[in-house]
Amino acid sequence: MKPIRIIALLPLMAILGACNAVMLHPSGDVAVQQRDLLLYATELMCIVIVPVVFLTAFFAWHYRHTNTKARYEPHWHHSTLLELVIWGVPVMIIITIGMETWKTAHTLDPYRQLTRIAPDQPVPPGTKPLVVQTVALDWKWLFIYPELGIATVNDLAAPVNQPIEFRITADRVQNALDIPAMAGMVYAYPGMETELHAVINKPGNYMGQSSRFSGAGFSKMHFVFHGLSNADFDKWVADVKASGETLDSAAYLKLAIPSAGEPVHRYGTVDPQLYSTALDQCVGKSSNECLSTQRANDAKKGNGLCRPNVASN
Amino acid sequence: MSPDTPHLDPIFGRLTLGDIPYHEPILLITFAVVALVGLAAVGALTYFRLWGYLWREWITTVDHKRIGIMYVVLAIIMLVRGLADAIMMRLQQAMAFNGSEGYLPPHHYDQIFTAHGVIMIFFVATPLIVGMMNFVVPLQIGARDVSFPYLNNLGFWLTAVAAILVNISLFVGEFSQAGWVGEPPLTGLAASPGVGVDYYLWALQISGIGTTIGAINLVATIFKMRAPGMNLMKMPVFTWTSLCVNALIVISFPFLTISITLLTLDRLFGMHFFTTELGGNPMAYVNLVWIWGHPEVYILILPAFGVYSEVAATFCGKRLFGYTSMVYATVSITVLGFLVWLHHFFTMGSGANINAFFGLMTALIAIPTGVKVYNWLFTMYRGRVRFDVPMLWTISFMLTFLLGGLTGVLCSIPAADFQIHNSLFVVAHFHNVAIGAIVFAMLAAIDYWFPKAFGFKLEPFWGKLSVAFWTVGFFIAFLPIYIAGFMGVTRRTQSFDDPSLQIYFVIAAIGGFVILLGVVFFLIQLFVSIVNREKLRDTTGDPWGGRTLEWATSSPPPAYNFAFTPLVHDIDAWTDMKERGYRRPLDGFKAIHMPSNTSTGIFLSVLLLAFSFAVIWFMWWLAALSFALMLVIGIGHTFNYNRSFHIPADVVARTEGERTRLLAQQG
Repeated sequence: MKPIRIIALLPLMAILGACNAVMLHPSGDVAVQQRDLLLYATELMCIVIVPVVFLTAFFAWHYRHTNTKARYEPHWHHSTLLELVIWGVPVMIIITIGMETWKTAHTLDPYRQLTRIAPDQPVPPGTKPLVVQTVALDWKWLFIYPELGIATVNDLAAPVNQPIEFRITADRVQNALDIPAMAGMVYAYPGMETELHAVINKPGNYMGQSSRFSGAGFSKMHFVFHGLSNADFDKWVADVKASGETLDSAAYLKLAIPSAGEPVHRYGTVDPQLYSTALDQCVGKSSNECLSTQRANDAKKGNGLCRPNVASN
Repeated sequence: MSPDTPHLDPIFGRLTLGDIPYHEPILLITFAVVALVGLAAVGALTYFRLWGYLWREWITTVDHKRIGIMYVVLAIIMLVRGLADAIMMRLQQAMAFNGSEGYLPPHHYDQIFTAHGVIMIFFVATPLIVGMMNFVVPLQIGARDVSFPYLNNLGFWLTAVAAILVNISLFVGEFSQAGWVGEPPLTGLAASPGVGVDYYLWALQISGIGTTIGAINLVATIFKMRAPGMNLMKMPVFTWTSLCVNALIVISFPFLTISITLLTLDRLFGMHFFTTELGGNPMAYVNLVWIWGHPEVYILILPAFGVYSEVAATFCGKRLFGYTSMVYATVSITVLGFLVWLHHFFTMGSGANINAFFGLMTALIAIPTGVKVYNWLFTMYRGRVRFDVPMLWTISFMLTFLLGGLTGVLCSIPAADFQIHNSLFVVAHFHNVAIGAIVFAMLAAIDYWFPKAFGFKLEPFWGKLSVAFWTVGFFIAFLPIYIAGFMGVTRRTQSFDDPSLQIYFVIAAIGGFVILLGVVFFLIQLFVSIVNREKLRDTTGDPWGGRTLEWATSSPPPAYNFAFTPLVHDIDAWTDMKERGYRRPLDGFKAIHMPSNTSTGIFLSVLLLAFSFAVIWFMWWLAALSFALMLVIGIGHTFNYNRSFHIPADVVARTEGERTRLLAQQG
């Protein structure tokens, strides 16, 4: 094909590709609701935008300088009825979108325990979410499954239709955990813990990444998220357990050395205290250097300038 | 490296030969070009003996019109730099697939996207709007200058040396690699030990002070120096938006100053405001900086709305529809602009109620903004639309901006933002608004007010080509970016794994080159117009059939703007004067009291440049010396009581007589 033809075909191919964009065809219930919200708001706004586009083009053409037949009223500048419409229509649309904004800010709050795993499919009573402790390192993702006693680097798996509870922190700089097919992103800060509740509904391999720029190796901070059937997940867990490696402080400190494009690591056993010390920013350090100790000391001592324990009243 | 690192050179601080990037071919070529252009400029100035003229008439000037023009020239120069960064990024992203790292390693690429953001916001958009306001507002309100002419000069030179500091970082050391708002912990000493973040902090600090000083000046000018009869509800819309913008600057820029001062203290003296340990909290920086950052968005866009209002009324030959609505919409955007900063980080996990509140406040801003679009629409209704270049920019803006507004509301919904935040969707959205509203407005403004500034119009042919290429180029460049955002692609990515994405970045790069052509045509337009200036000459002072007071005086206006202060009776004061058969007074001129030039502004700014460079590189002797000199000159200036002079009555009479002659020639 001649280059010119390829260029002519580019827009067509691009639009075809867009129809399969992951945010418009997600595979997790949270992302599906987020997608529906985007489409709903877009449709509502088109009520205003489409007529304005056509009116702009029409007015510009009809009232052009050379069309002396068009009405010309150089002093006309006010109409109460028009002003009512001009303010009223956007107000109505924003109120409608605003109600949905308020509602979904709560129902889709990443901190909220899931109540459904799909439309019309509430979470079965007694279901416990699968907890995944997540640490953003420079520049790789560490996932710890505390209930299963295993851990992985740049490799994440979960059974379909199983609520997942991510507990997220970072080692050194800020990142964001993002699996677009499943749910939106949540920031990862060092020394702090954020949460994300989500579920994946279809088996498959999905792209996961850091979506908050974090330095030189950021572009390679990707991982694959495997949505697996229950049987496949059990097999995956067994494989990880069989790896025989242990994630302890020494292994963590080695991982924390900045590196880009880190391959998948699997750990069959995990030091159960590791995540909490990582969150406390003192893996392999004395407990005096932990953030929690610093905060406790600050609260106890004060420093003469600000004494948090002295009642301000 | 921290301040207490041993082995600091006593003269050069931590600057060593290794910090000069002579091994980078791209930078070497850039340096060669800059040096050649600089040498040519210096040579030409010397050859034509223009140094004295430059010093007397421009560098030390306190004339608001000349300062305004210098701001715009600075912005156009920096636009070329920012655009070069943009093109380099588009090429990199189009190439870096299938295991290829492209041609820019992360160290280089990360500096480029940071510099692109910083330059486009602080040294292109801001000087453009400040320059326009400086030039136009005193003329529109019938004033002879601004309230504080010396501060005006100082504000410009601070902005200019900050721009110079950013460019020095290109050749001495490096620039920040942490994004344009510089959020810690990434910008903390631990994660960014180099000088890049220091260059970033000092450049922002200096330009922020310059912008704040300029804004205080314009607020005072608008409140205190309006022509008699011009009450607030008779001010031109551009002046209204300028008033709101400068109020926004005065209130919000201190937040920027504080947040980057604290971060500077963190880096320089090992304090812990924004570290994770020892009681610091990086989230405090994010909040503080966005309390400035969001108003900054409206600081840039409100003057754009003002320009469109002036252009629409003028080129539709009709009073602006819904002036009162427009004013209320502007003021409500100003107030709401302070209540939305958290929408830049819904994903931080602040909780559902907080997110919902800030989401609703953000959506509310869509209402007054929508009203403005309707007002421009109904200004065309029953008008006589002339398709001169400024009006073409306005129509192109209205169509482009609708898409930007739509995607903006989508980003305002917290639950949806969890998906699109930090994705290329957001990048496409803010370029949609920044290009489609701010840049188009400023290009319209340059075309619209150019004849006022220089006495001749710009050649319309190249201007129309520029409109076409910018508009088409925008859509080619940014529609694929929107789509890539829906595909989950994150901003600031240097290389990609998924080969199916490449096509979008190839298209976007093509769009980038189309925009580049738009800029080239704009520069050609300037060049061709200067060459053909006699053919394009306007002697009336009112080439477009203008409606506001700036068109009542000659082009270019005399130093004193108006020989007699005009009296205002209606919103479009000049249209009103024309309709009532206004006649220029031909005699009775009096001496006019004007402010004198001062060189304090340039001296202080250059010393501050030296001071910041010294602190960045730990050259403490230079820091102490330049600081002491700043104190001496700054305090010395307060003892200068000789700050004004009178233009004698016969000079005024002669200037006005020349205008009478030109007007009579016109017939």
